Amino acid sequence: MPLKPFKTIGIGVAFSPNLKANLYEAARLSLYFEAKLVMIHIGEQSEEKLNKLKLILSAFNKDNLEYEVVFKSGNPVDAILSTAKEKSFDLLIIGAAKRENFVKYYVGSIARKITRQAKCSLLLLINPSIERLPCRHIVVNGLEDPRTEQTIASAFYVASKLNAEQLTIVEEIKQNQIDIKVDDDKSLRHANIIKARISNRETSRINHIIEELPKEHTNNIVIKSQPIFGTQGYSIGHYAQIKRADLLVMNAPTKMTFWDRLFPHDIEHILTELPTDVLIIQ
Amino acid sequence: MSPKQNNIKTFFKALPKNIFSGFVVSLIALPLGLGLAMASDAPPISGVIAAVIGGVVVSILGGSNVTIAGPGNGLVGVLLGTIATLGLESAYAAIICSGALLLVLGFLRLGKLADFFPSSAIQGMLAAIGLIILGKQFHIMLAHRIKREDTIDYLFEIPFTINDAIHYQNTGLIYAALAGVISFLIMIFYSKIRNKYLQLIPAPMWIVILSIGFSYYFELVAHEANPIALKYMISGIPEFSEIVSQIPTVNFGKIGTLPFWTSVLALTLIASIESLLSIKAVDKLDPEKRRSNVNRDLKALGLATVGSGFLGGLNVVTVIARSSVNVNNGGSNRSSNFFHALFLVIFIVLFSTQLTRIPLPALMAILVYTGYKLASPENIRKIFKIGKEQLIIFFVTLIVTLKIGLISGILSGVFITFIIHIVINKNVTLFAKNWLKPNVLMFQEDTHYYVSVKHFCSFLNFYKLKEKLDAIPENEDVILDFSLCQFVDHTVMENLNNYQELFTKRGGHFEVLGLDLHDTESEHPFALRRLLPVPKLIKNSLTRRQTTIEELTTDFDLNYDSKKERDTLFLNNFLFFRTKQINYIYNQIHNKDNSLNLFDIEFSEGEFIAKEVVRSTMLHIKLDKDIPEFTLDQEGFLEKVYAFAGFKDIPIKNHTDFSNRFYLLGEDTEAIQRFFTDQITHFFESNPYFHIESNGKDLLIFGRERLASIKEIKALYDFGKRLKEVIS
Repeated sequence: MPLKPFKTIGIGVAFSPNLKANLYEAARLSLYFEAKLVMIHIGEQSEEKLNKLKLILSAFNKDNLEYEVVFKSGNPVDAILSTAKEKSFDLLIIGAAKRENFVKYYVGSIARKITRQAKCSLLLLINPSIERLPCRHIVVNGLEDPRTEQTIASAFYVASKLNAEQLTIVEEIKQNQIDIKVDDDKSLRHANIIKARISNRETSRINHIIEELPKEHTNNIVIKSQPIFGTQGYSIGHYAQIKRADLLVMNAPTKMTFWDRLFPHDIEHILTELPTDVLIIQ
Repeated sequence: MSPKQNNIKTFFKALPKNIFSGFVVSLIALPLGLGLAMASDAPPISGVIAAVIGGVVVSILGGSNVTIAGPGNGLVGVLLGTIATLGLESAYAAIICSGALLLVLGFLRLGKLADFFPSSAIQGMLAAIGLIILGKQFHIMLAHRIKREDTIDYLFEIPFTINDAIHYQNTGLIYAALAGVISFLIMIFYSKIRNKYLQLIPAPMWIVILSIGFSYYFELVAHEANPIALKYMISGIPEFSEIVSQIPTVNFGKIGTLPFWTSVLALTLIASIESLLSIKAVDKLDPEKRRSNVNRDLKALGLATVGSGFLGGLNVVTVIARSSVNVNNGGSNRSSNFFHALFLVIFIVLFSTQLTRIPLPALMAILVYTGYKLASPENIRKIFKIGKEQLIIFFVTLIVTLKIGLISGILSGVFITFIIHIVINKNVTLFAKNWLKPNVLMFQEDTHYYVSVKHFCSFLNFYKLKEKLDAIPENEDVILDFSLCQFVDHTVMENLNNYQELFTKRGGHFEVLGLDLHDTESEHPFALRRLLPVPKLIKNSLTRRQTTIEELTTDFDLNYDSKKERDTLFLNNFLFFRTKQINYIYNQIHNKDNSLNLFDIEFSEGEFIAKEVVRSTMLHIKLDKDIPEFTLDQEGFLEKVYAFAGFKDIPIKNHTDFSNRFYLLGEDTEAIQRFFTDQITHFFESNPYFHIESNGKDLLIFGRERLASIKEIKALYDFGKRLKEVIS
């Protein structure tokens, strides 16, 4: 599968107290990926705003950061999505509130709406900071899914760019794959044999994927594979949280209907309680 | 095919033991069956029918191993109401329907149903049932039959009945009341007397035997009529042929009415809760550490209840007291349940006329004791220790159950628990938002299982955690992490405690992490206290015995520690403790290198009304080398009985005196015979007798099942010291 490197990175900017931290994170990432940074602001264009952005980014002048500011008006979601398309973003950075409240969840905030509709990869930042916090441990999903191969490839690409030390591939084993109910000692033994078999199968599948990847991405990192038993999509977030991972890399959601929001599964669970920074690969 | 043959072989090998324990259980089941049926206002024989059908069906189709099925005490309250509102014939129909519902629950794999009830609410409900039984039967125990509308009125009436009983003029009533009081005293003091001949027959059977003997004494020796008033004798026990020919008619006429279905629901609810709780408790006692198939057991119980209802019997549930007696008497598989039923049939066929010689007050004394055990102040004290809010839950459930009914009672318990949780956390959203979330993550890490729980964990979502924990073999290591969890309730903590015990017993390790954080937040204090039962602080003043022990230890240059120690892992792999629960050890005396350790120990046997707490003094010796596993006991009458039941005494050549006096038991006969050299055998022959057990590495030595005096402590210690020298 061809790897899509991040050439253009986009970020929506609002003049909030978080602005500086968000911009610093975005700028640093652009430098790591050797990409161009595009800032989108919804609102009137003015010299004052432009100068403010320039002032903040002046810290990166010595690194020859390439950036551009786009001013748009109208509905923020549509504006950002259309810019993403025009400028052909490879990655869109969104600063997310760590936890949205109960009512908003059903309505959908701007961030979530963009998440659902964007055609490019997304990075949800829960805790932007001016100082760089090193990204040590990356967790990536290893679901049995056609998109997984590219997600894992991208995760390795990101890991090598960010100099991460460890990358854990998590295989979520669904309860219904173990088609045996544990009632007594006999069925328990049986279930455990099946679990071990599934774990082995999953691990070898993942190993195949890793073998295909470019060696320069996989050489200098500790690779671990971890089968977990839990609900798909949710448990990986839980795992990332326990392991204090710095970045969670996930497949993009396949489809999103009204029912998915009402009975959340997969990525929706992660979005309700972001465990860490999340990168969704499109 | 060889494993299969082995199974059959071990089955037949264990058969004599199971027949024996089935017999002992039937001795309790008979009086209890009669009593429970009469307490429910049903014909006395219906209880025995339930036990027989239950024993046969559940032993063949059930999924648990050492449980006994029969009429349950929890159901007395519901059956009373059912029979009162529907009449007996329709009550049978309700029993059949509840059996069918139970069957459906089994097929829908709803064995986890009982997990949804907070444990304090269940405690409250059981206490209410206990009070219902106690309140109603107390009057009959004192030969003072009354009829009241409300169950609470029976309780308030108790002082008046006692007053009346003291002033009886009628000798018939005096004798009847005396029979009741004496029987009650037998029930209370039976467990206090540790005599193995006395203990061979369970207390309820002593009551039956004594009262039948009393009746025969008047008939055959004194040639007088039985002085107990006739209306206080059991009546209506049919001959066996009559039972078969007079199967009661079942009336399904009220099947369309609301009271019928509320009764069915209540019967099903209580039957399933009682059975599930019992199965869980008995699993902990199983010497072979097997896991019961709960859903299969539910199906079998349902089917048995349907059959029992058609034949004029009561609901069949798993009963804890009889099951634990079964375990204590060597029952090792379901055949003991079958034989308990078989012996019941034999009793009824042979002795049904003798049973009418039992005075009613004597039988009801058994039930009063059962009721008291369910509602004992000890339970309330325990709940209070966990937390005041648990006491609120307990009493709300108790009072609503007494005033309105069982279903309302348990529902109010659930409701009040939930409200209390919200109040404690000052947070509704925590529960509303996260209730349906899959909050449990489990994965295998290196050599252990890691389980993490998020948000909150209470009776509402404990089943999710339980599902994961049940999928872990009990001999593995588990780390359960609550650090992402904001609230853990008492029900969960109690269940986790059970898991902890289970894992330790079966060689695994179960550790709970992350609750230390909760200590700093004052929002959820009670959960924590429950988890880490920190040994109580040392009492500053030692008792006289303790100060004497202290002096003794300084004299002999030993170490002494009076503190309660709950870490008793080293005792777990002794055969003696396989069916017993060790509470703690205290007053430890050990020598400098810790190879000899003498201690007082508190352990309990059985569960519920058969539960006996025993304190004893024991000596534990660490050996430097491996020796065969064996048990050495004094040869007595009881051991001869056991020998019939399939235990084999290992003879030692050229030491007939030893073989006659001692009873040696073990798996590896040859190794044991090699180990018992002339020197060792002589040592045992020429020294006072102790019970000695080897688990291959260590020795456990004790005399009687009570605390030892200072003199006995010295003797025991000296014996152990010399034995160690002889062996090594």
